Amino acid sequence: MSLFDHTIKELEEKLHNKEITVKDLVDTSFNRIKEVDEDVKAFITLDEENAYAKAKELDDAPDTDKTGALFGIPGGIKDNIMTNGLRTTCGSAFLDNFNDPLYDATVIEGLNKEKAVTIGKMNMDEFAMGSSNETSYYAATRNPWNTDYVPGGSSGGSAAAVGAGEVLFSLGSDTGGSIRQPAAFCGVVGLKPTYGRVSRFGLAAFASSLDQVGTITRTVEDNARVLEVIAGQDKMDSTSANVDVPSYTEALTGDVKGLKIAVPKEYIGEGVDPEVKEAVLNALKVYESLGATWEEVSLPHSKYAVAAYYLISSSEASANLARFDGVRYGVRSENADNMLDMYKNSRSEGFGKEVKRRIMLGTFALSTGYYDAYYKKAQKVRTLIKNDFDKIFEDYDVVIGPTTPTPAFKVGEKIDDPLTMYTGDLLTIPVNLAGTPGISVPCGFSETGLPIGLQIIGKHFDESTVYRAAHAFEQATDHHTKRPQLGGVSK
Amino acid sequence: MSDITKDQVKHVAHLARLAITEDEAAELTKELSAIIGFAEQLNELDTEGVEPTTHVLNMKNVMRKDEPKATITQEEALKNAPDKKDGHYRVPAIMD
Amino acid sequence: MNFETVIGLEVHVELKTNSKIFSSSTNAFGSEPNSNVNPKDLGFPGTLPVLNEEVVNYAMKAALALNCEIAPVTKFDRKNYFYPDNPAAYQISQYDKPIGEHGWVEIEVHGKKKRIGITRIHMEEDAGKLTHGDGDEGHSLVDFNRQGTPLIEIVSEPDMRSPEEAYAYLEKLKNIIQYTGVSDCKMEEGSLRCDANVSLRPIGQEKFGTKSELKNLNSFAFVQKGLEFEEKRQEKVLLAGEEVLQDTRRYDEKTKETILMRVKEGAEDYRYFPEPDLVELHIDDAWKERVRSEIPELPDARKKRYIEELGLPAYDAGVITNSKQMADFFEGTVDHGADLKQVSNWLMGEVSAYLNKHLKELDDLAITPEALAKMINLIADGTISSKIAKKVFAELVENGGDPEQIVKDKGLVQISDEGQLQEIISKILDENEQSVTDYKGGKGRALGFLVGQVMKATKGQANPPMVNKILLEEMDKR
Repeated sequence: MSLFDHTIKELEEKLHNKEITVKDLVDTSFNRIKEVDEDVKAFITLDEENAYAKAKELDDAPDTDKTGALFGIPGGIKDNIMTNGLRTTCGSAFLDNFNDPLYDATVIEGLNKEKAVTIGKMNMDEFAMGSSNETSYYAATRNPWNTDYVPGGSSGGSAAAVGAGEVLFSLGSDTGGSIRQPAAFCGVVGLKPTYGRVSRFGLAAFASSLDQVGTITRTVEDNARVLEVIAGQDKMDSTSANVDVPSYTEALTGDVKGLKIAVPKEYIGEGVDPEVKEAVLNALKVYESLGATWEEVSLPHSKYAVAAYYLISSSEASANLARFDGVRYGVRSENADNMLDMYKNSRSEGFGKEVKRRIMLGTFALSTGYYDAYYKKAQKVRTLIKNDFDKIFEDYDVVIGPTTPTPAFKVGEKIDDPLTMYTGDLLTIPVNLAGTPGISVPCGFSETGLPIGLQIIGKHFDESTVYRAAHAFEQATDHHTKRPQLGGVSK
Repeated sequence: MSDITKDQVKHVAHLARLAITEDEAAELTKELSAIIGFAEQLNELDTEGVEPTTHVLNMKNVMRKDEPKATITQEEALKNAPDKKDGHYRVPAIMD
Repeated sequence: MNFETVIGLEVHVELKTNSKIFSSSTNAFGSEPNSNVNPKDLGFPGTLPVLNEEVVNYAMKAALALNCEIAPVTKFDRKNYFYPDNPAAYQISQYDKPIGEHGWVEIEVHGKKKRIGITRIHMEEDAGKLTHGDGDEGHSLVDFNRQGTPLIEIVSEPDMRSPEEAYAYLEKLKNIIQYTGVSDCKMEEGSLRCDANVSLRPIGQEKFGTKSELKNLNSFAFVQKGLEFEEKRQEKVLLAGEEVLQDTRRYDEKTKETILMRVKEGAEDYRYFPEPDLVELHIDDAWKERVRSEIPELPDARKKRYIEELGLPAYDAGVITNSKQMADFFEGTVDHGADLKQVSNWLMGEVSAYLNKHLKELDDLAITPEALAKMINLIADGTISSKIAKKVFAELVENGGDPEQIVKDKGLVQISDEGQLQEIISKILDENEQSVTDYKGGKGRALGFLVGQVMKATKGQANPPMVNKILLEEMDKR
């Protein structure tokens, strides 16, 4: 068996018909991990013992209890999502010994309720700061389509594991594109929900006003199924919205007749790789053939998004990461003879270069005399960017463009050039600033065989339309059926 | 105002409780100057009268009832602590 | 040169809600260290604050009672600083939109009334506690039980001109807040804490002088004493032609001096920014009026009512309303049918004396308003004498109970039976013929002696006016 062969819905049927057991699924997952993860490096921590215990518990349960939207489905959890009793490192040396967060994130409670099986914790850029998974303290995750290339980031492990067939779904987090960009690079489906759609309780905060937990899967249908499990208001997160969760899977009608698509000229203009542009234009043709219409529009302030984003996210991060001080958990420096040394040395030894850089930037942007010029200014620009989207959504159902300006880049190619790395996120960042939902679905391959992602952006809390558009495109094309040549693909 | 000095970098590092070497200070001065310089493009935009966005959703008055809930035990609280003593977290004394 | 003292106070008050401000842990400490915490209180990654509704109600109630304007839109901000008792390394506080502003309280010093302005009242979370362990040189210990206790910070205008005014302001503040019921305001237990800013300026000068900030003021008396010391210290510095340094000092209870902690070099950089994990609070008139309607009658209004409607002397009304417990006890006792002037006398006399002597609060005593009322009525109807009443009172404060029962059980009923008294008195007169002769010979003192003998014989229970009357009658007969 291979996890590439079936959707979650199909596997649930097979489990129901007793063609397979949960143990079979867990075996398949761990076998594939043993086969390929040495190359892919998608996992930081494997939870084999508990996964098998859970499999046994589920297999042994009476048939009447064998319910749950994700019953027995093996999944991976980004390592910045708290798991009770299971080490949670955020990809950082600072939390290398954080063996028990003492509680489950609300999204984990959701998965447990629907009886998913956690396989392990996924590799990521340290504290989700990065676009290539190279800032992970543990290892640079590799792109399953070509291990010389990055999988994207910061949810690189989550995307690579689904792309490599190690798990059926994974949870990631997206602050400036951290789900959509690696999904695009790894040829899988990744959704960043509307800000407030999914609880952030238990997600180690990077930039609180931008962070969202989201889902990564091989197909749109699977993705919708997982989101249904984790979405909804949570009393533990004051910014989670009191908006009903519709059935996203029911929205997948395949019908996009009359769908009004806006294509920002900034998203297919200068700086966008010709191969990527072509793939997107081809996708638009597919939509036309399905009865949708598209027009070119403008997001005039989108070019300022990257600058605004780095100021806002780094400022919030500088406060969010101040709690890592070596007092209550995490690593304390050996050189901590007095309090100041404890702080400075623990943090300097525990944090990597990119994290320090952003803490510095954020601390500076919030400091006396600079707050108005940088932090507040960026928040005002954020308003302008949000207004751009609001205006477009008065006339259109979705905004479509590429997820990234280029396919995946090589490991080491950009890591020493932060600004170039940052500007690679210019197409995903505006979506976080506006708080709207966005998905990346595979829409083709580069000549070198690397996947290209199509980004579909919707109105606030209109994940249904985003999924419907993504699903119709997916079903009309065969990109999602391609598999990476890795470890002999599947057996 | 785009250039940030090495002394500023050291001050900011202190505020952020990061120990940085001279070399790191020099490198960060360069990098932060570049990033801040890049951010200066925001000044091209007239934001007079534009309200800053702190929350993208216009939510208000999210509160909970005043009801206490179960807490964790002292043992759990101290489980991940790098240093502890007599039910407390133990830290080096302040040195002003 | 003559100087004028300028004082402003920053007062922190703990709100006595059931749970903490941003987490659901119980709002109580004093238990085992780090046992009343949850991951949020420990600043664990991924935890989020959720605002306790009652904290907003309490803060608003205090702000309204202190005549503040309530902000229609208010919000929380992060105040960033590293300290081991501050687990997230930021305190959630309110920066530029506090819940209340522009309030005032009226104080009275030496018969002169004065308004002290309140700049702002804001909500924030308390920190944990850092202790410096014994025999563990070079280390400190941290307990997070207190982390997240709801606080309001009340910042006054620099309107006070003497330590006495500062004392009066604190008393008034405490009194009003206690009346609202949102806090115990016990300085000894830390539920009210005070920092004082004090500076001097030459009389006539408008610009403020350089201020010192006084911390570690653990009682109202120490606030006044610390300020008095500081007044003199700064005066000496200025008269010597030197400059006062902007510094932080603490009051040492033993030496009765203020001691330099640190000199301030520029403002701290707290890098405040809006708390992204919490949403704005919009307070409409309906909410505000609902809270306002729950504020009980405040001390000044109560005092006025006691004087104007009950006819209580102004002095009595002032003392009685100086604490809500006392005023409530007063009204309770009067409601149970006791004469209000008698009630006031007992509260200001025996009751207050007992509280002062034993350093107790009225609520700690076993006596109830009903019992005090009964006791006073027993005096009024002649069942017991005032003297006996003191014995009954001593029993009531310690052990409570029903005064009538106490009087009965202890055999304290006053002897007012004329026949019985006549019998006793005849006997005493028989035994003390010399005294009768002395009295008749004009030695008035002899009467006192005879009264004393009667009281002795009746263990003090004879009705004093009757004893006098019968004695005189009986002696006339001889």
